[in-house]
Amino acid sequence: MNAMTEGYVTPDGRQIGPVLMEMKNITLRFGGVVAIKDISFDIREGEIRAIIGPNGAGKSSMLNVISGFYVPSEGEVWFRGQKRGPMKPYEVARLGIARTFQNIALFDGMSVLDNIMTGRLTMMKSGLLSQALWFGSAEREENENRAKVEKIIDFLEIQNIRKTPVGRLPYGLKKRVELARALAAEPKILLLDEPMAGMNVEEKEDMCRFILDVNDEFGTTIALIEHDMGVVMDLSDRVVVMDYGKKIGDGTPDEVRNNPDVINAYLGVAHE
Amino acid sequence: MFYREAGDFKTSYRQDSQTFPIRFDRWRFYAVLALAFGVIPFVINDYWANSVFVPFLIYAIAAIGLNILTGYAGQVSLGTGGFMAVGAYACYKLMTSFPEVSILIHVLLAGGVTAAVGVLFGLPSLRIKGFYLAVATLAAQFFLVWLFNKVPWFYNFSASGQITAPDRTVLGYFVTGAQTSATAKYLVCLVFLVLVALIARNLTRGTVGRKWMAIRDMDIAAEIIGVNPLTTKLTAFAVSSFFIGIAGALFFAVYLGAAEVGEAFGIQKSFLILFMVIIGGLGSIFGSFAGAAFLVLLPVLLKNLLVGTLGWPTDLAAHIELMIVGGLIVVFLIAEPHGLAQLWRLAKEKLRLWPFPH
Ligand SMILES: Nc1ncnc2c1ncn2[C@@H]1O[C@H](COP(=O)(O)OP(=O)(O)OP(=O)(O)O)[C@@H](O)[C@H]1O
Ligand SMILES: [Mg+2]
Repeated sequence: MNAMTEGYVTPDGRQIGPVLMEMKNITLRFGGVVAIKDISFDIREGEIRAIIGPNGAGKSSMLNVISGFYVPSEGEVWFRGQKRGPMKPYEVARLGIARTFQNIALFDGMSVLDNIMTGRLTMMKSGLLSQALWFGSAEREENENRAKVEKIIDFLEIQNIRKTPVGRLPYGLKKRVELARALAAEPKILLLDEPMAGMNVEEKEDMCRFILDVNDEFGTTIALIEHDMGVVMDLSDRVVVMDYGKKIGDGTPDEVRNNPDVINAYLGVAHE
Repeated sequence: MFYREAGDFKTSYRQDSQTFPIRFDRWRFYAVLALAFGVIPFVINDYWANSVFVPFLIYAIAAIGLNILTGYAGQVSLGTGGFMAVGAYACYKLMTSFPEVSILIHVLLAGGVTAAVGVLFGLPSLRIKGFYLAVATLAAQFFLVWLFNKVPWFYNFSASGQITAPDRTVLGYFVTGAQTSATAKYLVCLVFLVLVALIARNLTRGTVGRKWMAIRDMDIAAEIIGVNPLTTKLTAFAVSSFFIGIAGALFFAVYLGAAEVGEAFGIQKSFLILFMVIIGGLGSIFGSFAGAAFLVLLPVLLKNLLVGTLGWPTDLAAHIELMIVGGLIVVFLIAEPHGLAQLWRLAKEKLRLWPFPH
């Protein structure tokens, strides 16, 4: 049996698929700063993959490489068994990769509904003329996509703020709307950069539940960065640990927890 | 009390995304249309047409055009006057080259030519933003005026350097030239404005409008969710210039009748329309109407009041107008960037809750 192409079932019964995305020897430099040093790991279909590490470890940079926002200085990104050439961010989005940002990146001047509708832009194909006359494909498309977006609005329980301009929302809700926008794209892989940062306990619990539900109901593969160890251990199937741009651990939460390098990094013993 | 959405339930997404979701607004819209088409054409005279209605209709078209580019897509432009000139000169060349074709088609084609020119001058927006883009469009403004002055082909080698609109009819009525009635001028401009406003409204509530606003609000995030900045910005330039070109063609052919480029389409025109958009409200179709109405009416009112009633000298009235406009621009930019449209929205919100504010 070839684990690369087959998949497996975890001890607690979760079905994990074959490798969906593979990072091969990724190095990323900004001038003299090396944000990522020769890191390789894979993401399997249907799993929740966490990336953890101390501040400045290069986690967000790694997510930016996956989402095509940064082009790695060295190394290759493989997606669905094919090497991904240099691409513009909007081209990567069309491959089925959606994300949220560490510092929320919503469109403040637009309503919650319009923000989430932008998540479906790549699926809306009607021409300018049809849109100008609001006739035929444009109207049909608008209503079909609106129906899909309403499902996500129900799913994330934000019905009552549909028409509110995003700029007026509190922080926790903004994070939720950003997740909604990413989900609207029906991505193969969902990248979440610290989805629970700055939230209170209750909001964190809600967010955890949503992430698990997304993974469960839509089968979406999720890669997430998170500082809260409790959350990471609860949510994720496998964890990559980064420190100073290097990978120092990779495995199930239990394996990672008992890895001496990881313990050192977190207790700060290894560094002077 | 009667301004309510309660009891006005939406049963489909189609109803929810319509232009006037509140029934009362819809009625008012129909009432305005009925007034505009059914009453005003029969009572309008030359004074009202030339000093209020026709300039208002044409400036509203131009303001909608600029609002698409600046208010919705976030790309600042100081080249509106230049683009209006492109519409005017394209219309002139078409009218004199193909006299047998309807003027209405020429106006639309003039919009098309302006759209192409707009895309060309929009190309720098892919690299530069904000202040620098404004300077680039300012360069376009001066270049275009210079071009239409310097190349005699554009004004058919006329001795005066002016362009003069030949007489043209629609359905047997003159719409350009000296014999045009106030009603005909008004109706032609009104039809174009209604079309432009409907198209603008449809575009801004759908896919392309969301792309424009996404680029405006945060271009990096827009790109990551799959918006192609190149095509999105260029569509904004194209659509915006199309409308502005139509406005320029009408301004020359229907309103002025004869034009000299520097005078009719100079930098003052760019600023005038930018002020309309700022005072009316960035990112609002209704705001474009409000801004155009305000800046067309203000000088007329001041003139009637200060010069007519109080007997002040004309130049003093003109200076007071400049001061008022300048002051308002500062106030709106600082206190209410969404302009008159937002004030109107807030008033409606209050009214919706009235008489129970909590
Ligand atoms: N665009 C950039 N230009 C220059 N240096 C950068 C850039 N982006 C990241 N870096 C550097 O790369 C390193 C890793 O940053 P990164 O944001 O990936 O860390 P992180 O693990 O996400 O940290 P945090 O937990 O604080 O979010 C840091 O030293 C940072 O200064
Ligand atoms: Mg980070």
